[in-house]
Amino acid sequence: MQTRLIDLAEVIRSKNSGPYELTMDILFRTEEDFKRVAAAGVISVDSVCQMYKITPDKVVGILEFPPARAIKITIRRPLCSGDLGETDVYGAQQHAPLLNLTFDLPE
Amino acid sequence: MEKEFRTLSTTAILGYGFPLESFESGLAKQPDLIAADAGSTDPGPYYLGAGVSFTDRNSVKRDLKLMLLAGKSRKIPVIVGTAGGSGAEPHLEWCLDIVREIAQEEKISLRVALIHAEFDKNMILEEWKAGRVKSLEPAPELTEEAILSSEHIVGQMGIEPFIKALELDCDLILAGRSYDPAVFAALPVKLGFDRGLALHLGKILECAAICASPGSGSDCIFGTLGTDWFELEALSPKRKCTTTSVAAHTLYEKSNPYLLPGPGGMLDLRGCSFTDVGNGKVRVKGSKFVPAPKYTIKLEGTHCVGYRTISIAGTRDPIMIREIDATVTAVKERVADNFRDQKWDYHLNFILYGKDGVMGALEPERNNIRSHELGIVIEAVAETQKLADTVCAFARSTMLHYGYPGRIATAGNLAFPFSPSDFHAGPVYEFSVYHLLECDDPVKPFRIETIEL
Repeated sequence: MQTRLIDLAEVIRSKNSGPYELTMDILFRTEEDFKRVAAAGVISVDSVCQMYKITPDKVVGILEFPPARAIKITIRRPLCSGDLGETDVYGAQQHAPLLNLTFDLPE
Repeated sequence: MEKEFRTLSTTAILGYGFPLESFESGLAKQPDLIAADAGSTDPGPYYLGAGVSFTDRNSVKRDLKLMLLAGKSRKIPVIVGTAGGSGAEPHLEWCLDIVREIAQEEKISLRVALIHAEFDKNMILEEWKAGRVKSLEPAPELTEEAILSSEHIVGQMGIEPFIKALELDCDLILAGRSYDPAVFAALPVKLGFDRGLALHLGKILECAAICASPGSGSDCIFGTLGTDWFELEALSPKRKCTTTSVAAHTLYEKSNPYLLPGPGGMLDLRGCSFTDVGNGKVRVKGSKFVPAPKYTIKLEGTHCVGYRTISIAGTRDPIMIREIDATVTAVKERVADNFRDQKWDYHLNFILYGKDGVMGALEPERNNIRSHELGIVIEAVAETQKLADTVCAFARSTMLHYGYPGRIATAGNLAFPFSPSDFHAGPVYEFSVYHLLECDDPVKPFRIETIEL
């Protein structure tokens, strides 16, 4: 059965990390869900590239942070913050594709 | 008894405010320091370049007044970093003017240490030529033009200039661009507390109650630093610190939560533990500071790339919405054609809300319009405001009457919410410098002066 990320996470957010990078945090409700999602590797360079229509070289890193039951994704911003063509100076509204993420989790 | 250092952090950004009740609860806990960070690069390159604050003057005055009166009467130092939001000379002067006004109105004398953080462009150029300015991946390599065209270049000071200023026995230290945790960490480090713990605590305190649950950038937070631990507690009954809320904050706005580079070294949080010790307090242990072989200061600079005029409109016509891409292309071509004799260099852009307006290139559902209406922002950026006005107005009138294929509504394509329809957004800045400067002395580049008010 397909699991929706939004059903397991209590926080899904995006924000600039400096003017050149965008960082997304997924904070899980429970330790168990965090571990299951992390172990299944559903948040991967591949899935991030698919979600954001970017190439793997634009993915700066994907990290797990157990003290916060969190997975963090960092990508390069398409533009330096505030450059001509900008749509989101703070980078605070770039989390939405994660809200739609669904995946299979092993029982 | 174990030595402790207590800090009252008032608000995430000076001017974002805090409830008086939280502030008084914090004062009742006998703080050794009242501090706030006043800046951020989040609002984008404009504020540094234009020399204006992104926070409101009245709001900054309100916060600062409460902090100064409390500090003065209790003989507790008040420290504010990145004055005026960006911490260049005009920002520092702006904030000092507010302090001056408070001193006069409240009839208090204040001894202020002012720490400057704006760098001379020619000095940066010399340093760059000497190979002492490095790129901060993925920022592009620096160029002579980027340095010299910058309106202001600031450097993020570490704790060292603050430690020096603390020797001057002032009521207030008002600093230009600062590494956010420095305002909180300098005094305890001066008193012999562990640098890693003091900086990690500072990293959390600089965002005030954002580390609590529910989080808030406009409420106070209290930090206590011990020999090999620190604790955080919320000051409002509405929120409390939990291990998750504090740990989650460590992630906030950082690319890597384990290794946090800063002036003079790296904060290593790989061995960190977060423990709930009851009474709404969370204790953190194991944060380490690893000095870098070379001390570096992060530089920020922005330059003006033109002037912006925008027009705001909307469309509710399904045929116009269907034909929106062709319409935008045609309008751009018509503008270019109409002024083809002029050698104008301009940027004409259409932000379409309802069609990739928020995520642009990162939008996974690109070109998929599901809305019955679209919001349209026409943006023109050109060498002068007048030229931006011309390009914007011509694009607006062309779009209003453009005959797209299948058009049935022939009276006008756009709904304007306002008259006038076009607005000056003024000078436009972009980041020109975001690099690391190597320096031998972390104090020297930041001039310190004392002012008696």
